[in-house]
Amino acid sequence: MFTNFNRVVKFAFNDFSRNKGISVAAIFVLAVTIMLVTSLFFFQGIAGYLTSKIQDKIDITAYFKDGTQEQDILNVKAEILKISPNIKSVEYVSKDQALAYFNKVHKDNAVLSQALQEVGDNPFLPSLNITTNGDPSQYAEVATILQTSDFSNLIDSVDFSQKKDIIEKVYSIISNVNTFGLILGIVLIFVAILVVFNTIKLAIENSKEEISTMKIVGASNWFIRGPFVIQGIIYGIIAFLICFLISGISAYFLSPQISPVLPGFDIFSYFLTNWWIFVLIQLGFGAGVGIISSFIVVRKYLEV
Amino acid sequence: MIKFNNVTKIYPRDTVVLQDISFEIKEGEFVSIVGKSGAGKSTLVHLILGLEVPTSGEVYFKDVNLNNANSSQIQEIRRKIGVIHQDYKLLPQKTVYENVAYIMQVEGRENKEIAVEVPKVLEVIGLENKINNFPNQLSGGEQQRLAIARAFVNNPDIIIADEPTGNLDPYNSYEVILLLQKINKAGKTVILATHDREIINKLGKRVVTIENGKILRDEAEGRFII
Ligand SMILES: Nc1ncnc2c1ncn2[C@@H]1O[C@H](COP(=O)(O)OP(=O)(O)O)[C@@H](O)[C@H]1O
Ligand SMILES: [Mg+2]
Repeated sequence: MFTNFNRVVKFAFNDFSRNKGISVAAIFVLAVTIMLVTSLFFFQGIAGYLTSKIQDKIDITAYFKDGTQEQDILNVKAEILKISPNIKSVEYVSKDQALAYFNKVHKDNAVLSQALQEVGDNPFLPSLNITTNGDPSQYAEVATILQTSDFSNLIDSVDFSQKKDIIEKVYSIISNVNTFGLILGIVLIFVAILVVFNTIKLAIENSKEEISTMKIVGASNWFIRGPFVIQGIIYGIIAFLICFLISGISAYFLSPQISPVLPGFDIFSYFLTNWWIFVLIQLGFGAGVGIISSFIVVRKYLEV
Repeated sequence: MIKFNNVTKIYPRDTVVLQDISFEIKEGEFVSIVGKSGAGKSTLVHLILGLEVPTSGEVYFKDVNLNNANSSQIQEIRRKIGVIHQDYKLLPQKTVYENVAYIMQVEGRENKEIAVEVPKVLEVIGLENKINNFPNQLSGGEQQRLAIARAFVNNPDIIIADEPTGNLDPYNSYEVILLLQKINKAGKTVILATHDREIINKLGKRVVTIENGKILRDEAEGRFII
Protein backbone atom coordinates (compact mmCIF):
# COMPACT_ATOMS: atom_id res chain seq x y z
CA MET A 1 0.00 0.00 0.00
CA PHE A 2 2.64 2.46 1.13
CA THR A 3 5.00 1.22 -1.59
CA ASN A 4 2.28 1.78 -4.16
CA PHE A 5 1.66 5.29 -2.93
CA ASN A 6 5.37 6.04 -3.07
CA ARG A 7 5.54 4.74 -6.62
CA VAL A 8 2.55 6.75 -7.73
CA VAL A 9 4.11 9.93 -6.32
CA LYS A 10 7.41 9.13 -8.00
CA PHE A 11 5.70 8.53 -11.35
CA ALA A 12 3.89 11.85 -10.94
CA PHE A 13 7.12 13.82 -10.42
CA ASN A 14 8.80 11.93 -13.23
CA ASP A 15 6.00 12.66 -15.71
CA PHE A 16 5.83 16.23 -14.47
CA SER A 17 9.47 16.93 -15.19
CA ARG A 18 9.43 15.04 -18.49
CA ASN A 19 6.54 17.09 -19.84
CA LYS A 20 7.82 20.48 -18.73
CA GLY A 21 6.18 22.45 -21.51
CA ILE A 22 2.73 21.16 -20.84
CA SER A 23 3.22 21.36 -17.07
CA VAL A 24 4.13 25.03 -17.35
CA ALA A 25 1.08 25.66 -19.54
CA ALA A 26 -1.23 23.94 -17.05
CA ILE A 27 0.24 25.88 -14.14
CA PHE A 28 -0.07 29.14 -16.05
CA VAL A 29 -3.77 28.77 -16.88
CA LEU A 30 -4.47 27.52 -13.40
CA ALA A 31 -2.67 30.54 -11.92
CA VAL A 32 -4.68 32.92 -14.10
CA THR A 33 -7.88 31.26 -12.92
CA ILE A 34 -6.86 31.51 -9.29
CA MET A 35 -5.96 35.17 -9.78
CA LEU A 36 -9.45 35.77 -11.14
CA VAL A 37 -11.00 34.22 -8.07
CA THR A 38 -8.65 36.19 -5.86
CA SER A 39 -9.40 39.52 -7.49
CA LEU A 40 -13.09 38.80 -7.13
CA PHE A 41 -12.40 38.38 -3.44
CA PHE A 42 -10.45 41.65 -3.24
CA PHE A 43 -13.24 43.31 -5.15
CA GLN A 44 -15.77 42.03 -2.64
CA GLY A 45 -13.64 43.48 0.14
CA ILE A 46 -13.49 46.92 -1.48
CA ALA A 47 -17.20 46.92 -2.33
CA GLY A 48 -18.07 45.88 1.21
CA TYR A 49 -15.92 48.65 2.60
CA LEU A 50 -17.45 51.25 0.27
CA THR A 51 -20.98 50.19 1.11
CA SER A 52 -20.39 50.37 4.83
CA LYS A 53 -18.72 53.77 4.44
CA ILE A 54 -21.67 55.14 2.52
CA GLN A 55 -24.14 53.60 4.91
CA ASP A 56 -22.41 55.35 7.78
CA LYS A 57 -22.82 58.61 5.93
CA ILE A 58 -26.53 58.25 5.40
CA ASP A 59 -27.82 59.83 8.54
CA ILE A 60 -30.36 62.53 9.21
CA THR A 61 -30.36 65.08 11.98
CA ALA A 62 -33.65 66.66 13.02
CA TYR A 63 -33.21 69.86 15.03
CA PHE A 64 -36.07 70.71 17.33
CA LYS A 65 -37.27 74.20 18.10
CA ASP A 66 -35.74 75.87 21.10
CA GLY A 67 -37.73 75.09 24.20
CA THR A 68 -39.18 71.78 23.02
CA GLN A 69 -39.70 69.48 26.00
CA GLU A 70 -37.30 66.57 26.29
CA GLN A 71 -40.30 64.28 26.77
CA ASP A 72 -41.78 65.41 23.46
CA ILE A 73 -38.55 64.70 21.65
CA LEU A 74 -38.32 61.23 23.20
CA ASN A 75 -41.91 60.65 22.08
CA VAL A 76 -40.91 61.55 18.54
CA LYS A 77 -38.01 59.12 18.80
CA ALA A 78 -40.39 56.35 19.91
CA GLU A 79 -42.74 57.30 17.06
CA ILE A 80 -39.98 57.02 14.46
CA LEU A 81 -38.86 53.67 15.83
CA LYS A 82 -42.45 52.48 15.71
CA ILE A 83 -43.07 53.52 12.10
CA SER A 84 -39.70 52.47 10.82
CA PRO A 85 -38.52 49.56 12.98
CA ASN A 86 -35.53 48.64 10.80
CA ILE A 87 -33.76 51.88 11.46
CA LYS A 88 -30.19 51.47 12.66
CA SER A 89 -30.28 53.95 15.49
CA VAL A 90 -32.03 57.06 16.73
CA GLU A 91 -30.00 59.04 19.19
CA TYR A 92 -31.21 61.93 21.27
CA VAL A 93 -28.71 64.80 21.69
CA SER A 94 -29.79 67.37 24.26
CA LYS A 95 -28.89 71.08 24.18
CA ASP A 96 -26.23 70.52 26.85
CA GLN A 97 -24.71 67.53 25.14
CA ALA A 98 -24.46 69.47 21.90
CA LEU A 99 -22.66 72.31 23.70
CA ALA A 100 -20.35 69.92 25.50
CA TYR A 101 -19.52 68.20 22.23
CA PHE A 102 -18.82 71.53 20.54
CA ASN A 103 -16.56 72.61 23.39
CA LYS A 104 -14.69 69.35 23.29
CA VAL A 105 -14.06 69.48 19.54
CA HIS A 106 -13.09 73.16 19.50
CA LYS A 107 -11.43 73.50 22.89
CA ASP A 108 -8.18 74.72 21.33
CA ASN A 109 -9.90 77.22 19.09
CA ALA A 110 -9.89 80.51 21.00
CA VAL A 111 -11.88 82.47 18.42
CA LEU A 112 -14.78 80.07 18.43
CA SER A 113 -14.86 79.81 22.22
CA GLN A 114 -14.95 83.54 22.45
CA ALA A 115 -17.73 83.82 19.91
CA LEU A 116 -19.71 81.33 21.90
CA GLN A 117 -19.16 83.32 25.08
CA GLU A 118 -20.43 86.46 23.40
CA VAL A 119 -23.67 84.71 22.48
CA GLY A 120 -23.91 84.02 26.17
CA ASP A 121 -26.70 81.54 26.16
CA ASN A 122 -26.39 77.98 24.86
CA PRO A 123 -27.22 78.53 21.18
CA PHE A 124 -27.54 74.84 20.31
CA LEU A 125 -30.79 73.12 19.53
CA PRO A 126 -31.73 69.69 20.84
CA SER A 127 -31.72 67.10 18.10
CA LEU A 128 -32.40 63.53 17.05
CA ASN A 129 -29.57 61.85 15.21
CA ILE A 130 -31.06 59.23 12.93
CA THR A 131 -28.87 56.63 11.22
CA THR A 132 -30.57 54.57 8.57
CA ASN A 133 -29.39 51.16 7.48
CA GLY A 134 -28.22 52.72 4.22
CA ASP A 135 -31.13 51.69 2.12
CA PRO A 136 -32.28 54.76 0.14
CA SER A 137 -35.93 53.82 0.50
CA GLN A 138 -35.64 53.87 4.27
CA TYR A 139 -33.89 57.17 3.99
CA ALA A 140 -36.81 58.57 2.01
CA GLU A 141 -39.27 57.10 4.47
CA VAL A 142 -37.64 58.78 7.44
CA ALA A 143 -37.50 62.08 5.58
CA THR A 144 -41.23 61.89 4.84
CA ILE A 145 -42.08 61.07 8.45
CA LEU A 146 -40.14 64.05 9.71
CA GLN A 147 -41.79 66.42 7.28
CA THR A 148 -45.40 65.30 7.33
CA SER A 149 -46.40 63.81 10.66
CA ASP A 150 -48.09 65.53 13.62
CA PHE A 151 -44.90 66.39 15.34
CA SER A 152 -43.34 68.18 12.38
CA ASN A 153 -44.33 71.51 13.92
CA LEU A 154 -41.83 70.77 16.71
CA ILE A 155 -39.03 70.51 14.23
CA ASP A 156 -36.93 73.50 13.43
CA SER A 157 -34.98 72.05 10.56
CA VAL A 158 -33.85 68.77 9.10
CA ASP A 159 -30.27 68.31 8.04
CA PHE A 160 -29.67 65.66 5.46
CA SER A 161 -25.97 65.01 5.87
CA GLN A 162 -25.68 64.14 2.21
CA LYS A 163 -27.79 65.04 -0.71
CA LYS A 164 -30.41 62.41 -1.02
CA ASP A 165 -30.19 61.88 -4.77
CA ILE A 166 -26.41 61.56 -4.71
CA ILE A 167 -26.64 58.94 -2.03
CA GLU A 168 -29.24 57.09 -3.99
CA LYS A 169 -27.10 57.21 -7.07
CA VAL A 170 -23.93 56.00 -5.39
CA TYR A 171 -25.83 53.34 -3.57
CA SER A 172 -27.38 51.97 -6.72
CA ILE A 173 -24.05 52.13 -8.55
CA ILE A 174 -22.40 50.11 -5.84
CA SER A 175 -25.08 47.51 -5.73
CA ASN A 176 -25.19 47.28 -9.52
CA VAL A 177 -21.43 47.03 -9.81
CA ASN A 178 -21.53 44.44 -7.09
CA THR A 179 -24.05 42.23 -8.84
CA PHE A 180 -22.57 42.80 -12.25
CA GLY A 181 -19.05 42.14 -11.00
CA LEU A 182 -20.16 38.99 -9.28
CA ILE A 183 -21.92 37.67 -12.38
CA LEU A 184 -19.05 38.66 -14.66
CA GLY A 185 -16.60 37.13 -12.23
CA ILE A 186 -18.47 33.87 -12.06
CA VAL A 187 -18.74 33.69 -15.85
CA LEU A 188 -15.02 34.45 -16.21
CA ILE A 189 -14.12 31.85 -13.61
CA PHE A 190 -16.30 29.33 -15.35
CA VAL A 191 -14.56 30.02 -18.66
CA ALA A 192 -11.18 29.84 -16.95
CA ILE A 193 -12.04 26.47 -15.41
CA LEU A 194 -12.94 25.21 -18.87
CA VAL A 195 -9.57 26.41 -20.17
CA VAL A 196 -7.77 24.68 -17.31
CA PHE A 197 -9.75 21.53 -17.91
CA ASN A 198 -8.88 21.57 -21.59
CA THR A 199 -5.20 22.20 -20.93
CA ILE A 200 -5.06 19.27 -18.55
CA LYS A 201 -7.02 17.24 -21.04
CA LEU A 202 -4.45 18.08 -23.67
CA ALA A 203 -1.65 17.07 -21.31
CA ILE A 204 -3.27 13.74 -20.56
CA GLU A 205 -4.30 13.08 -24.14
CA ASN A 206 -0.56 12.91 -24.77
CA SER A 207 -0.55 9.88 -22.52
CA LYS A 208 -3.59 8.19 -24.00
CA GLU A 209 -1.58 5.28 -25.37
CA GLU A 210 0.38 5.04 -22.14
CA ILE A 211 -2.82 4.79 -20.10
CA SER A 212 -4.38 2.08 -22.23
CA THR A 213 -1.12 0.12 -22.24
CA MET A 214 -0.94 0.31 -18.46
CA LYS A 215 -4.43 -1.09 -18.37
CA ILE A 216 -3.43 -3.88 -20.76
CA VAL A 217 -0.52 -4.99 -18.59
CA GLY A 218 -2.82 -5.25 -15.61
CA ALA A 219 -2.29 -2.06 -13.60
CA SER A 220 -5.18 -1.15 -11.32
CA ASN A 221 -7.18 1.96 -12.08
CA TRP A 222 -5.76 3.82 -9.10
CA PHE A 223 -2.21 2.89 -9.97
CA ILE A 224 -2.78 4.46 -13.40
CA ARG A 225 -4.85 7.41 -12.30
CA GLY A 226 -2.75 8.27 -9.25
CA PRO A 227 0.19 9.94 -11.01
CA PHE A 228 -2.12 12.14 -13.07
CA VAL A 229 -4.18 13.20 -10.08
CA ILE A 230 -1.01 13.97 -8.12
CA GLN A 231 0.27 15.99 -11.06
CA GLY A 232 -2.99 17.92 -10.81
CA ILE A 233 -2.18 18.59 -7.15
CA ILE A 234 1.34 19.70 -8.04
CA TYR A 235 -0.06 22.11 -10.66
CA GLY A 236 -2.46 23.43 -8.04
CA ILE A 237 0.16 23.92 -5.34
CA ILE A 238 2.63 25.66 -7.62
CA ALA A 239 -0.09 27.88 -9.08
CA PHE A 240 -1.20 28.67 -5.53
CA LEU A 241 2.30 29.66 -4.41
CA ILE A 242 2.67 31.92 -7.44
CA CYS A 243 -0.72 33.55 -6.87
CA PHE A 244 -0.24 33.95 -3.15
CA LEU A 245 3.04 35.76 -3.72
CA ILE A 246 1.58 37.89 -6.49
CA SER A 247 -1.46 38.91 -4.46
CA GLY A 248 0.62 39.65 -1.36
CA ILE A 249 3.18 41.69 -3.26
CA SER A 250 0.66 43.57 -5.37
CA ALA A 251 -1.45 44.34 -2.29
CA TYR A 252 1.68 45.72 -0.66
CA PHE A 253 2.56 47.96 -3.58
CA LEU A 254 -0.99 48.98 -4.49
CA SER A 255 -1.85 49.88 -0.93
CA PRO A 256 -0.36 53.44 -1.03
CA GLN A 257 -2.09 54.01 -4.39
CA ILE A 258 -5.50 52.89 -3.21
CA SER A 259 -5.52 54.46 0.25
CA PRO A 260 -5.99 58.08 -0.98
CA VAL A 261 -8.95 56.97 -3.09
CA LEU A 262 -10.47 54.88 -0.34
CA PRO A 263 -9.46 56.58 2.91
CA GLY A 264 -9.26 54.13 5.75
CA PHE A 265 -9.03 51.08 3.52
CA ASP A 266 -5.63 49.39 3.49
CA ILE A 267 -5.61 46.65 0.90
CA PHE A 268 -2.42 45.14 2.29
CA SER A 269 -3.72 44.88 5.84
CA TYR A 270 -6.91 43.48 4.35
CA PHE A 271 -4.69 40.80 2.78
CA LEU A 272 -2.83 40.24 6.04
CA THR A 273 -5.94 39.88 8.18
CA ASN A 274 -7.58 37.59 5.63
CA TRP A 275 -4.47 35.66 4.57
CA TRP A 276 -5.84 32.29 5.60
CA ILE A 277 -8.95 32.85 3.49
CA PHE A 278 -6.65 33.54 0.56
CA VAL A 279 -4.74 30.33 1.25
CA LEU A 280 -7.98 28.43 1.52
CA ILE A 281 -9.47 29.87 -1.67
CA GLN A 282 -6.34 29.75 -3.80
CA LEU A 283 -5.07 26.38 -2.67
CA GLY A 284 -8.50 24.80 -2.51
CA PHE A 285 -9.42 26.14 -5.89
CA GLY A 286 -6.08 25.30 -7.55
CA ALA A 287 -5.73 21.80 -6.20
CA GLY A 288 -9.45 21.16 -6.55
CA VAL A 289 -9.62 22.08 -10.21
CA GLY A 290 -6.35 20.24 -10.91
CA ILE A 291 -7.47 17.04 -9.23
CA ILE A 292 -10.98 16.99 -10.63
CA SER A 293 -9.84 17.72 -14.19
CA SER A 294 -7.22 14.96 -14.10
CA PHE A 295 -9.67 12.54 -12.60
CA ILE A 296 -12.31 13.14 -15.24
CA VAL A 297 -9.93 13.04 -18.20
CA VAL A 298 -8.08 9.86 -17.17
CA ARG A 299 -11.39 8.13 -16.57
CA LYS A 300 -12.14 8.43 -20.25
CA TYR A 301 -9.05 6.48 -21.26
CA LEU A 302 -9.31 3.79 -18.62
CA GLU A 303 -11.94 1.83 -20.46
CA VAL A 304 -9.87 -0.98 -21.98
CA MET B 1 -6.82 -23.55 -17.51
CA ILE B 2 -8.04 -21.58 -20.51
CA LYS B 3 -11.23 -22.68 -22.18
CA PHE B 4 -13.10 -21.39 -25.24
CA ASN B 5 -16.74 -22.41 -25.29
CA ASN B 6 -18.54 -21.89 -28.63
CA VAL B 7 -16.87 -18.52 -29.07
CA THR B 8 -17.87 -16.35 -31.98
CA LYS B 9 -16.25 -12.98 -32.58
CA ILE B 10 -17.68 -10.57 -35.10
CA TYR B 11 -16.14 -7.10 -35.37
CA PRO B 12 -18.45 -4.22 -36.15
CA ARG B 13 -19.65 -4.13 -39.75
CA ASP B 14 -19.82 -7.89 -40.15
CA THR B 15 -16.18 -9.00 -40.00
CA VAL B 16 -16.64 -12.55 -38.78
CA VAL B 17 -13.25 -13.54 -37.32
CA LEU B 18 -14.02 -16.56 -35.15
CA GLN B 19 -17.01 -18.84 -35.59
CA ASP B 20 -18.21 -21.11 -32.83
CA ILE B 21 -14.75 -22.05 -31.61
CA SER B 22 -14.25 -24.46 -28.71
CA PHE B 23 -10.97 -25.76 -27.31
CA GLU B 24 -9.06 -25.95 -24.08
CA ILE B 25 -5.49 -25.25 -23.02
CA LYS B 26 -4.20 -27.23 -20.03
CA GLU B 27 -1.64 -26.16 -17.49
CA GLY B 28 1.93 -26.76 -18.63
CA GLU B 29 1.05 -27.09 -22.30
CA PHE B 30 2.92 -25.53 -25.20
CA VAL B 31 0.26 -24.62 -27.73
CA SER B 32 0.88 -22.94 -31.06
CA ILE B 33 -1.95 -21.10 -32.74
CA VAL B 34 -1.27 -20.91 -36.44
CA GLY B 35 -3.06 -19.48 -39.42
CA LYS B 36 -2.65 -16.99 -42.21
CA SER B 37 -2.34 -13.39 -41.33
CA GLY B 38 -5.84 -12.10 -40.63
CA ALA B 39 -7.03 -15.53 -39.51
CA GLY B 40 -7.85 -14.27 -36.02
CA LYS B 41 -4.82 -15.32 -33.93
CA SER B 42 -4.41 -11.94 -32.25
CA THR B 43 -8.15 -11.71 -31.70
CA LEU B 44 -7.98 -15.01 -29.87
CA VAL B 45 -5.19 -13.68 -27.65
CA HIS B 46 -7.18 -10.53 -26.93
CA LEU B 47 -10.17 -12.62 -25.92
CA ILE B 48 -8.05 -14.46 -23.33
CA LEU B 49 -6.88 -11.14 -21.89
CA GLY B 50 -10.34 -9.62 -21.82
CA LEU B 51 -9.25 -6.94 -24.28
CA GLU B 52 -12.08 -8.03 -26.54
CA VAL B 53 -15.36 -9.64 -25.54
CA PRO B 54 -16.87 -12.55 -27.48
CA THR B 55 -19.89 -11.75 -29.61
CA SER B 56 -21.31 -15.01 -28.29
CA GLY B 57 -19.95 -17.92 -26.24
CA GLU B 58 -17.66 -17.79 -23.23
CA VAL B 59 -13.96 -17.67 -22.49
CA TYR B 60 -12.89 -19.15 -19.15
CA PHE B 61 -9.68 -18.46 -17.31
CA LYS B 62 -9.35 -20.90 -14.40
CA ASP B 63 -13.12 -21.19 -13.96
CA VAL B 64 -13.66 -17.44 -14.22
CA ASN B 65 -16.02 -16.61 -17.03
CA LEU B 66 -14.48 -13.46 -18.45
CA ASN B 67 -17.91 -12.27 -19.57
CA ASN B 68 -18.90 -11.93 -15.93
CA ALA B 69 -15.55 -10.88 -14.48
CA ASN B 70 -15.32 -7.41 -12.94
CA SER B 71 -12.59 -4.95 -13.73
CA SER B 72 -10.30 -5.92 -10.86
CA GLN B 73 -10.58 -9.64 -11.70
CA ILE B 74 -9.63 -8.88 -15.30
CA GLN B 75 -6.67 -6.80 -14.14
CA GLU B 76 -5.55 -9.64 -11.91
CA ILE B 77 -5.67 -12.09 -14.81
CA ARG B 78 -3.68 -9.69 -16.99
CA ARG B 79 -1.02 -9.45 -14.29
CA LYS B 80 -0.72 -13.22 -14.13
CA ILE B 81 -0.01 -13.61 -17.83
CA GLY B 82 3.21 -12.51 -19.47
CA VAL B 83 2.24 -11.23 -22.89
CA ILE B 84 4.32 -10.34 -25.91
CA HIS B 85 1.88 -8.34 -28.01
CA GLN B 86 2.20 -8.32 -31.74
CA ASP B 87 2.36 -4.52 -31.62
CA TYR B 88 4.53 -4.66 -28.44
CA LYS B 89 2.33 -2.33 -26.35
CA LEU B 90 5.34 -0.57 -24.82
CA LEU B 91 4.95 2.46 -22.58
CA PRO B 92 6.12 5.27 -24.91
CA GLN B 93 6.88 7.75 -22.13
CA LYS B 94 8.99 5.40 -20.08
CA THR B 95 12.54 4.25 -20.69
CA VAL B 96 13.55 0.68 -21.46
CA TYR B 97 14.40 0.14 -17.80
CA GLU B 98 11.16 1.71 -16.58
CA ASN B 99 9.09 -0.29 -19.04
CA VAL B 100 10.33 -3.52 -17.52
CA ALA B 101 10.28 -2.22 -13.95
CA TYR B 102 6.68 -1.04 -14.37
CA ILE B 103 5.48 -4.61 -14.85
CA MET B 104 7.06 -5.56 -11.54
CA GLN B 105 5.75 -2.45 -9.81
CA VAL B 106 2.24 -3.25 -10.99
CA GLU B 107 2.67 -6.66 -9.39
CA GLY B 108 3.65 -4.93 -6.15
CA ARG B 109 7.17 -6.35 -6.07
CA GLU B 110 9.81 -4.92 -3.74
CA ASN B 111 12.18 -2.22 -4.95
CA LYS B 112 15.17 -4.38 -4.05
CA GLU B 113 13.88 -7.25 -6.16
CA ILE B 114 13.20 -4.90 -9.05
CA ALA B 115 16.71 -3.47 -8.90
CA VAL B 116 18.11 -7.00 -9.23
CA GLU B 117 15.71 -8.56 -11.72
CA VAL B 118 15.34 -5.82 -14.33
CA PRO B 119 19.03 -5.53 -15.27
CA LYS B 120 19.25 -9.30 -15.35
CA VAL B 121 16.38 -9.70 -17.81
CA LEU B 122 17.66 -6.83 -19.94
CA GLU B 123 21.04 -8.47 -20.13
CA VAL B 124 19.58 -11.84 -21.17
CA ILE B 125 17.62 -10.11 -23.93
CA GLY B 126 20.59 -7.98 -24.98
CA LEU B 127 19.28 -4.52 -24.17
CA GLU B 128 21.65 -3.72 -21.30
CA ASN B 129 23.17 -0.85 -23.28
CA LYS B 130 19.83 0.79 -24.00
CA ILE B 131 18.33 1.05 -20.53
CA ASN B 132 17.82 4.82 -20.74
CA ASN B 133 16.40 4.86 -24.26
CA PHE B 134 12.75 5.48 -24.91
CA PRO B 135 10.89 2.96 -27.11
CA ASN B 136 10.88 5.30 -30.11
CA GLN B 137 14.69 5.35 -29.92
CA LEU B 138 14.85 1.60 -30.49
CA SER B 139 14.85 -0.42 -33.72
CA GLY B 140 11.89 -2.69 -34.45
CA GLY B 141 13.85 -5.74 -33.30
CA GLU B 142 14.94 -3.99 -30.10
CA GLN B 143 11.36 -2.99 -29.33
CA GLN B 144 10.31 -6.58 -29.79
CA ARG B 145 13.07 -7.75 -27.46
CA LEU B 146 11.93 -5.22 -24.89
CA ALA B 147 8.40 -6.60 -25.18
CA ILE B 148 9.83 -10.07 -24.61
CA ALA B 149 11.85 -8.97 -21.57
CA ARG B 150 8.71 -7.47 -20.12
CA ALA B 151 6.71 -10.64 -20.61
CA PHE B 152 9.31 -12.71 -18.77
CA VAL B 153 10.35 -10.46 -15.93
CA ASN B 154 7.62 -11.43 -13.49
CA ASN B 155 8.28 -15.11 -14.03
CA PRO B 156 4.61 -15.68 -14.87
CA ASP B 157 2.92 -19.08 -15.01
CA ILE B 158 1.56 -18.37 -18.46
CA ILE B 159 3.28 -16.75 -21.41
CA ILE B 160 1.37 -15.65 -24.46
CA ALA B 161 3.55 -14.72 -27.40
CA ASP B 162 1.82 -13.14 -30.40
CA GLU B 163 4.23 -13.26 -33.35
CA PRO B 164 7.21 -12.77 -31.02
CA THR B 165 9.73 -13.26 -33.81
CA GLY B 166 8.11 -11.13 -36.49
CA ASN B 167 10.81 -8.48 -36.35
CA LEU B 168 13.79 -10.60 -35.40
CA ASP B 169 16.58 -12.06 -37.54
CA PRO B 170 16.80 -15.88 -37.71
CA TYR B 171 19.43 -16.06 -34.99
CA ASN B 172 17.42 -14.01 -32.50
CA SER B 173 14.22 -15.82 -33.48
CA TYR B 174 15.83 -19.09 -32.63
CA GLU B 175 16.95 -17.72 -29.26
CA VAL B 176 13.43 -16.60 -28.42
CA ILE B 177 11.93 -19.98 -29.31
CA LEU B 178 14.60 -21.68 -27.19
CA LEU B 179 13.65 -19.41 -24.33
CA LEU B 180 9.98 -20.30 -24.69
CA GLN B 181 10.83 -24.01 -24.74
CA LYS B 182 13.00 -23.67 -21.67
CA ILE B 183 10.24 -21.93 -19.79
CA ASN B 184 7.75 -24.59 -20.83
CA LYS B 185 10.13 -27.30 -19.57
CA ALA B 186 10.11 -25.49 -16.22
CA GLY B 187 6.38 -26.19 -16.08
CA LYS B 188 4.92 -22.98 -17.46
CA THR B 189 2.13 -22.76 -19.99
CA VAL B 190 3.10 -21.23 -23.31
CA ILE B 191 0.75 -20.02 -26.03
CA LEU B 192 2.48 -19.04 -29.25
CA ALA B 193 0.62 -17.40 -32.11
CA THR B 194 2.59 -17.31 -35.34
CA HIS B 195 2.45 -17.73 -39.07
CA ASP B 196 6.11 -18.83 -39.20
CA ARG B 197 6.11 -22.29 -40.78
CA GLU B 198 9.71 -23.16 -39.92
CA ILE B 199 9.34 -22.51 -36.20
CA ILE B 200 6.26 -24.67 -35.91
CA ASN B 201 7.69 -27.56 -37.82
CA LYS B 202 10.77 -27.62 -35.57
CA LEU B 203 8.81 -27.51 -32.31
CA GLY B 204 6.89 -30.75 -32.43
CA LYS B 205 4.22 -29.53 -30.01
CA ARG B 206 0.45 -29.12 -30.10
CA VAL B 207 -0.72 -26.98 -33.00
CA VAL B 208 -4.16 -25.42 -33.40
CA THR B 209 -4.73 -24.27 -36.97
CA ILE B 210 -7.35 -21.60 -37.62
CA GLU B 211 -8.81 -20.96 -41.01
CA ASN B 212 -11.93 -19.10 -42.07
CA GLY B 213 -12.94 -18.58 -38.48
CA LYS B 214 -12.90 -22.30 -37.62
CA ILE B 215 -10.41 -24.68 -36.09
CA LEU B 216 -9.16 -26.58 -39.10
CA ARG B 217 -6.89 -28.95 -37.14
CA ASP B 218 -5.89 -29.48 -33.53
CA GLU B 219 -3.02 -31.96 -33.36
CA ALA B 220 -0.82 -33.02 -30.44
CA GLU B 221 2.37 -33.02 -32.51
CA GLY B 222 1.29 -30.77 -35.27
CA ARG B 223 2.94 -29.31 -38.30
CA PHE B 224 2.18 -26.19 -40.25
CA ILE B 225 0.04 -27.25 -43.18
CA ILE B 226 -2.33 -24.83 -44.85
N1 LIG C 1 -10.57 -3.90 -33.59
C1 LIG C 1 -10.93 -4.42 -34.80
N2 LIG C 1 -12.00 -3.94 -35.44
C2 LIG C 1 -12.38 -4.45 -36.63
N3 LIG C 1 -11.77 -5.45 -37.24
C3 LIG C 1 -10.69 -6.00 -36.65
C4 LIG C 1 -10.22 -5.52 -35.40
N4 LIG C 1 -9.14 -6.24 -35.02
C5 LIG C 1 -8.95 -7.14 -36.02
N5 LIG C 1 -9.87 -7.01 -36.99
C6 LIG C 1 -9.99 -7.82 -38.17
O1 LIG C 1 -10.12 -9.18 -37.75
C7 LIG C 1 -9.38 -10.03 -38.56
C8 LIG C 1 -8.42 -10.87 -37.72
O2 LIG C 1 -7.41 -10.04 -37.20
P1 LIG C 1 -6.26 -10.62 -36.27
O3 LIG C 1 -6.90 -11.30 -35.12
O4 LIG C 1 -5.35 -9.51 -35.95
O5 LIG C 1 -5.57 -11.68 -37.20
P2 LIG C 1 -4.12 -12.35 -37.09
O6 LIG C 1 -3.55 -11.97 -35.76
O7 LIG C 1 -4.37 -13.78 -37.26
O8 LIG C 1 -3.32 -11.80 -38.21
C9 LIG C 1 -8.69 -9.16 -39.59
O9 LIG C 1 -9.43 -9.23 -40.79
C10 LIG C 1 -8.72 -7.79 -39.02
O10 LIG C 1 -8.85 -6.82 -40.02
MG1 LIG D 1 -1.91 -11.02 -35.27
